[in-house]
Amino acid sequence: MTASLYSPDDLVALWISLKLATVTVVLLLLLCTPLAWWLAMTRSRLRVVGEAMAALPLVLPPTVLGFYLLLFLGPHGWGGRLMHQLGMQPLAFSFGGLVLGSMLYSMPFVIQPLQSAFQSVGARALEVAATLRASPLDRFFTVALPLARRGFITGSVLAFAHTLGEFGVVLMLGGNIPGRTQTASIVIFNHVEAFDFTAAQRLSATLLGACFALLLIVYAANRRVPETAAVA
Amino acid sequence: MSLALDIAWPRADFQLNVDCEFPDSGITALFGRSGSGKTTLLRCVAGLERALRASVRFNGDVWQNDRRFVPPHQRPLGYVFQESSLFPHLDARGNLEYGLRRVPAARRRIGFDQAVQFMGLESLLAHRANELSGGQRQRVAIARALLTSPQLLLMDEPLSNLDLASRSEILPHLERLHDELSIPIVYVSHEISDVMRIADHIALLEAGSVRAFGSIHDLLTRPDLPLAHLEEAGSIFEGVIAQHDAQYHLSYVGITAGRLAISLRAAPVGQRVRVRIDARDVSLALKPPEQSSITNILPGRVMDVSDDRDPAQRLVRIDVGGRPLLARITLRSVAQLRIAAGMALYAQVKSVALMD
Repeated sequence: MTASLYSPDDLVALWISLKLATVTVVLLLLLCTPLAWWLAMTRSRLRVVGEAMAALPLVLPPTVLGFYLLLFLGPHGWGGRLMHQLGMQPLAFSFGGLVLGSMLYSMPFVIQPLQSAFQSVGARALEVAATLRASPLDRFFTVALPLARRGFITGSVLAFAHTLGEFGVVLMLGGNIPGRTQTASIVIFNHVEAFDFTAAQRLSATLLGACFALLLIVYAANRRVPETAAVA
Repeated sequence: MSLALDIAWPRADFQLNVDCEFPDSGITALFGRSGSGKTTLLRCVAGLERALRASVRFNGDVWQNDRRFVPPHQRPLGYVFQESSLFPHLDARGNLEYGLRRVPAARRRIGFDQAVQFMGLESLLAHRANELSGGQRQRVAIARALLTSPQLLLMDEPLSNLDLASRSEILPHLERLHDELSIPIVYVSHEISDVMRIADHIALLEAGSVRAFGSIHDLLTRPDLPLAHLEEAGSIFEGVIAQHDAQYHLSYVGITAGRLAISLRAAPVGQRVRVRIDARDVSLALKPPEQSSITNILPGRVMDVSDDRDPAQRLVRIDVGGRPLLARITLRSVAQLRIAAGMALYAQVKSVALMD
């Protein structure tokens, strides 16, 4: 059934998109949790700088982001030379490069929900835990994380869906190589360029349905957890 | 052996300046109007605030000095916050076990069942915070603090956000805490009636400094302090239920100076009770009144006569069996009876409130 609906190239591209979004989200959660925690808790003046940098990918044209990354990771860029000296494969035009680009591109979608979730946990709940003998790390895992659950759900789903739909960064950095860096959103573009509107329609509808389903999960989850934010 | 504080900390709106040693037993009330630094002082004791220059010692252990700061989770204390502070992601049982699990078994002195029974939580264990009333939440919060087997219990106005019914639901539990567990308690309050009910000592805070510290009997009645001049000023006596009189619906409470009649109580004979006598309910007579409707008459000796807020009235402090009794009478009566320090007289008490 599916085989008749999608061409083998479509399926590979869908798989790459799915893999890219999953890897990106997992890595972003690991990276952004401490960052968002710092942004939520710090009284340092550096916070505004951090917030502005974390929000930058929201307003930056994806092509600009992709272009600078390409320069950075290319054989003459710092990143590319460093990796060459370390004996690593260059990241430009590879899946690893796509992951890096997607992480930068989708970072605000994880950081911002996490930061506001951590902020709404509030100092009081953590103080209570401290007077109940919980160490700072213990407080983070047993109070802050469970109370910030909504932020994690929202952040993961938004970043996943956003990565699925990303186009500019992927095109600049990945180079549209079928089977390696060609994602579903690029295949749609190729189909349209080739006037194959039926194929474009199928993939587009698939992405539309997937994104809508994901957002449904977010809103349903947020509705089911009525008051995890403040200490009651 | 006690809580010794020496804290100097300039804040934006006041300067915390406290050098004081609290006793290691009973309930010490930190009393003062809002903004006087009560909560800040309590938070410094807990380590939730780090005062600029401070020495905090408890039973010989240094919790803070110039070189050392013990973080709150390593101080053996319990803290009950002003507003309900239950973790919303846990039910009442989970909240109670949170602290309990973090105390090594060898150091536990209060068991789960004991704390649950103590605060009357048997039917509430499976409920989440949002399914509990304000009073119930605060009872869980107190039991949760007790389950860390604290050597010192800090309570920051635990009743101030509760309605009258919830307050009277919790106060008896606090009194039991006082009577049955030997944990010293520092209790922040701006409600004099709560303080009169449960405190043994009062530290009077004004603009960040301890203006006076001493036994509740002394501080409530000292004419140089504002407590004796409050509208609801009065004195406290400890006594024992001595006898019941079913015919006249009376119970008698024996205190050092004599016997006080109160409305009949179900309390068993021999039970220790605390009574409160409002200053405005006390009148004075030079001879034992013979044909009077007032049954409670205590002999005593005048300690001092002082001005009150109302120029028509005077505050008379009388030594009654070794405890001060406060009487608010008119300047005219003071002049007519020529009441002066050292004079022996009789205090007639119109009404006595049993604090239970």
